[in-house]
Amino acid sequence: MALLEIKNLHATVDGKPILKGIDLSVEAGQVHAIMGPNGSGKSTLSYVLAGREGYEVTEGSVRLDGRDLLEMETDERAVAGVFLAMQYPVELPGVTGMTFLREAVNARRKAAGEDEIDAMGFLKMVRAKAKTLGVTDDMLKRAVNVGFSGGEKKRNEILQMAVLEPKFCILDETDSGLDIDALKVVSEGVNALRSAGRSMLVITHYQRLLSHIEPDVIHVLANGRIQKTGGKELALELEKNGYADFAEAAA
Amino acid sequence: MAATADTVRQVEEVTGRAYKHGFVTDIDMDMAPKGLDETTIRFISAKKKEPEWLLEWRLKAFRQWLQMKEPNWAKVGYPPIDYQDLYYYAAPTQKPKLNSLDEVDPELLATYEKLGIPLKEQEILAGVVAVDAVFDSVSVATTYKKELEKHGVVFSSISEAVHNYPELVKRYLGSVVPAADNYFACLNSAVFTDGSFVYIPKGVRCPMELSTYFRINAENTGQFERTLIVADEGAYVSYLEGCTAPQRDENQLHAAVVELVALDDAEIKYSTVQNWYPGDENGKGGIYNFVTKRGACRGRRSKISWTQVETGSAITWKYPSCILQGDDSVGEFYSVAITNNAQQADTGTKMIHLGKNTRSTIISKGISAGRADNTYRGLVRVGKRAEGARNFTQCDSLLIGDKCGAHTVPYIESKNPTARVEHEATTSKISEDQLFYCMSRGLSTEDAVGLIVNGFCKEVMKELPMEFAVEAQKLIGISLEGSVG
Ligand SMILES: Nc1ncnc2c1ncn2[C@@H]1O[C@H](COP(=O)(O)OP(=O)(O)O)[C@@H](O)[C@H]1O
Ligand SMILES: [Mg+2]
Repeated sequence: MALLEIKNLHATVDGKPILKGIDLSVEAGQVHAIMGPNGSGKSTLSYVLAGREGYEVTEGSVRLDGRDLLEMETDERAVAGVFLAMQYPVELPGVTGMTFLREAVNARRKAAGEDEIDAMGFLKMVRAKAKTLGVTDDMLKRAVNVGFSGGEKKRNEILQMAVLEPKFCILDETDSGLDIDALKVVSEGVNALRSAGRSMLVITHYQRLLSHIEPDVIHVLANGRIQKTGGKELALELEKNGYADFAEAAA
Repeated sequence: MAATADTVRQVEEVTGRAYKHGFVTDIDMDMAPKGLDETTIRFISAKKKEPEWLLEWRLKAFRQWLQMKEPNWAKVGYPPIDYQDLYYYAAPTQKPKLNSLDEVDPELLATYEKLGIPLKEQEILAGVVAVDAVFDSVSVATTYKKELEKHGVVFSSISEAVHNYPELVKRYLGSVVPAADNYFACLNSAVFTDGSFVYIPKGVRCPMELSTYFRINAENTGQFERTLIVADEGAYVSYLEGCTAPQRDENQLHAAVVELVALDDAEIKYSTVQNWYPGDENGKGGIYNFVTKRGACRGRRSKISWTQVETGSAITWKYPSCILQGDDSVGEFYSVAITNNAQQADTGTKMIHLGKNTRSTIISKGISAGRADNTYRGLVRVGKRAEGARNFTQCDSLLIGDKCGAHTVPYIESKNPTARVEHEATTSKISEDQLFYCMSRGLSTEDAVGLIVNGFCKEVMKELPMEFAVEAQKLIGISLEGSVG
């Protein structure tokens, strides 16, 4: 059984149909990429999976490890192992990075009936992970995403992912706003998290990211549907020809 | 209330000595009948075996009160209070009112649970066990009192202080908040039942945070509490008032007075966590909290800071203020006021700059949810002589939902051209983006709101003593439960 199983998923935003029948299944340990033109519904898919309010599922099903994901609240999905690294990470004034991480970890422990995490051990663990991602102590002491550069925000998202150790990671345009050096650091961070039990859905507009994070499968999303599925070569093909074919196919 | 947690822990650790000292006053009886006239005041004064001067002081206040009108300028609304329908004196109840925790409102217990209050303390707070029953065999108060005595610090009930330190009480009582200052303070002056008295001698740094919780019979200070704190030259004290656990009281009206006096180079830090019962969703049964708190920085380079976290009461009417008389003296006001459901809060501060180079800082964070109304009302006044006075004010309001209100009413009066007064104000909402972001990391709606609001209040929370801060943070989350989603 696949770790994530999406069947005939339809979703609307403000009554407008955006996802129009998505079928996708991701095996444990696999990395799938979703590529597609702007406005094709990539972020919408990520929000629907994470359970954002206002993104209404009208048809279809999503299962994680066989459990009905759509039945769950946003926080329950997170605890169940879904993680979304956002395209536009949100500012939390006055909430330090360290506090945010600790709250997130404790929420999971609470759900599992465990005690709160030991503060000192946690601090050490986070610092070690932060270091490999080039997240400084200063960033951990500052309010989450407040005054962060684009690159800092994305590194911070990956740090959260590294600390929370989710089962299913969705990375929405993690490459946008990154220069080549930052892209390298972030990609290495992501690659380090690849493991047999963990799957990823890497959403991107450009092929560039996929030469750093090599996916097992690539899907092209256009007009709310998966138009084509293939291997690495598909990314290169898109790089050459753009999305014009699919835009036409969709229209 | 970590202070209490500590207290109980120490009760368990320390053994020996029977509880003899402390703050229990030896009145053993009855109550005055309902209503208020000079007889009531004479009765109170007689019960407390007060000296003549204090009785006269009370009577004078009462006569002035009769001439005064209840203020109506605050942005709060409530049905008229019938002052003749209240009790003004009741003897401390020695017996628990309930037999076991099973008889306590389950909602209240659930809140204690969330705040992590140990069972033993829950029993005290809920009135199942009289406080002295728990503290019977050992007295933490005694232990603390010894330590304080060693440093010459006086920390006692004001009734005791009237007898033991008459000179000090006489010199300072009413010297910051005159009896006829305002309607509620005037009423308090006439009928105050008890409260705390603190005196820190010259050059002494009080060796511990003083908390009303060390005072064993704190549960009965009643609705007209009177506190007087004097820090002599070069002295320092940090005083904690209140408790994070929701407190119920049969008395709806609370009109306390707190006076602080700081002499040359002295510093007083006064922190409050107020969590009186706010009433049901409609505010029914909630406490009216009309408090007058004022500090006088009499000495040069003296400093007074007020830090408050206000989450309770149906109505809060409260303006902790500083009179900056001494040159180079400093006043600070850090406030978080949370109103939910039908709560109303009209709170703020007054900074009166009289001395040269006096400085004041005001940081106010107002949070409204439900149908609540939250008003910041602040006055910064700079006198003619206050060369080089500085004030910085920041008022931030956070709205949760669209049925609540936040209002900022700053008054600035400057008579000295060299003074600099700055005011910044913002209003924001908890965004859906922020909630989603937190929840997508696993936080429940309530924890997400708590985290975001605590972030919003951070500048104030960091001013609280550590032992208060952690629980105050939880309290903030709990006060806003059910406000989103
Ligand atoms: N919150 C929203 N309100 C209204 N329309 C939205 C909202 N979010 C997305 N859309 C619309 O849904 C479509 C898909 O958007 P999106 O999922 O962000 O695409 P992508 O991430 O592929 O660029 C677009 O037409 C966009 O305008
Ligand atoms: Mg997008």
